[in-house]
Amino acid sequence: MGSNDVWILGIHMTKFGKHPNEDVIDLAAEATMAALADGGVTMKDIGVLAAGNLMNASAGIGQQLQKQVGQTGIPVYNVANACATGATALRTAIMAVKAGECDMGLAVGVEKLAGAGLLGAGGAPRSDKKVYEPSGRFGAVTTTDGRIGTNTMPGVFAQVGMEYGHKYGGTSFELFARISEKNHAHSTLNPLAAYSKRFTLEEIMNDVMIAYPNTRPMCSANCDGAAAAVVVSDAKLKTLDPDQRRRAVKVSASVLTTDPWEESCQILPDVNTLTRNAARQAYEQAGVAPEDLDLVELHDCFATAELVHYDNLMLCAPGEAVPFFESGATWRDGSTPVNVSGGLQSKGHPIAATGIANIWEICHHLRGEAGDRQIEGATVGLAHVIGLGSACGVHILEKAA
Amino acid sequence: MAEVPIVDYLVLGDDPHLEANECTGCGARFFDRRNACAACSGTSFKRVPIPTTGEVRAFTIVSLAAPGIPVPFVAAVIDCEGTSVRGNVINVDPDPDHVQLGMKVRLATYPVGTDDNGTQAIGFGFEPV
Repeated sequence: MGSNDVWILGIHMTKFGKHPNEDVIDLAAEATMAALADGGVTMKDIGVLAAGNLMNASAGIGQQLQKQVGQTGIPVYNVANACATGATALRTAIMAVKAGECDMGLAVGVEKLAGAGLLGAGGAPRSDKKVYEPSGRFGAVTTTDGRIGTNTMPGVFAQVGMEYGHKYGGTSFELFARISEKNHAHSTLNPLAAYSKRFTLEEIMNDVMIAYPNTRPMCSANCDGAAAAVVVSDAKLKTLDPDQRRRAVKVSASVLTTDPWEESCQILPDVNTLTRNAARQAYEQAGVAPEDLDLVELHDCFATAELVHYDNLMLCAPGEAVPFFESGATWRDGSTPVNVSGGLQSKGHPIAATGIANIWEICHHLRGEAGDRQIEGATVGLAHVIGLGSACGVHILEKAA
Repeated sequence: MAEVPIVDYLVLGDDPHLEANECTGCGARFFDRRNACAACSGTSFKRVPIPTTGEVRAFTIVSLAAPGIPVPFVAAVIDCEGTSVRGNVINVDPDPDHVQLGMKVRLATYPVGTDDNGTQAIGFGFEPV
């Protein structure tokens, strides 16, 4: 146990789904109060607050949360980093603790997204009088979405999966649908998932097509939710009581990357290189190999995305994601269970909450508290999120010795 | 009729083609402006034409889009002899039986619409060879 280690002391996720009677602050406060209670501490113990929220990124969610649960004057970092916002908040708190600025930090991610519809669609509406005048970065005279490719998330990530298929072969509509079938099957054991219905392969393939090959159940579910985590320094943890120490989960690696330049990254966002870079750094930091992982929560924003991240996270050999999936490895009884929570396709994807909720899922198993969906004997797990633009967060977590 | 390209990197005329800003240091290409090259930090760029033929490296068939955007359409990444280009695959039935990964395509232009001044906007896509 190195003295610079950081631990998750308390963590919580709310039920994901529709919360029409709670606002963003209510949800953030629910997650915060429960995470503090889980860690056996209060806001008075917290030295830094990192608050993640994407859709109200200028609203000062962190300060609003303080007014709801405790204004102690500590520094607040309001963070927004696309779908990696939650992981960025967590990493901000971890960095503050690692830097020695405080011995305990709180990270919160919250989003109200139920009914948000298709993300990424559209463009600036044009004036009533129709005059073609070049404007913007590409001198466009009219809306280009739909005329020069697509900005919709299901379409962008469909191409990510198709590109992998072009490079390595073996992909098909049915293969991608079977990935979704797995995650929906996993979700039936997760009471906090927004949707916990098992679908047959036929139901998935015959559902509404959104962006081929992604049908509706193969897309992440927009929903409301929050998650929060209390992180603590190794030195501080040693002063806490035995039960707090027993349930603490070690953050063996915390990595955030962006995409380095690649030839086509301005055409189709590159979700691969930065994930691979983050994974490589994380395995090195943790001294863990991919085959050591007992479970993985990865960013399956669409079924087409999950496939490429098997490869990017080095869960399989390069180019081998299809046979890796077909071997059954990523089902909950396989060699590397992936998204036993149900993943974003069924658990839901309240954007900023996702990057802490997946940490919660891993912690739940490492603590042996995952109930019906417990992966027996789990001691090490990896959580991954990616936000387009791009930002990638990878955390590796280990059970207390 | 006056014509205007849908975007400024589409060059109209007898031989319609796309243009990019190429870093004179490393050859990285950008369809919009850069202050410094994202690949090598060089600050000198020149305009270069992009080959008008290529192959489909990735595609999706979009069935749900923002209001006003006709669906279905085929959005794709085209590998134009080493330069990646974003565009729709056009003049093809938008279904998986008629669009395949690796299919050979070429640039094609078409009228997008006419504005209140009578100016016609010209769009581009890639059609099967």
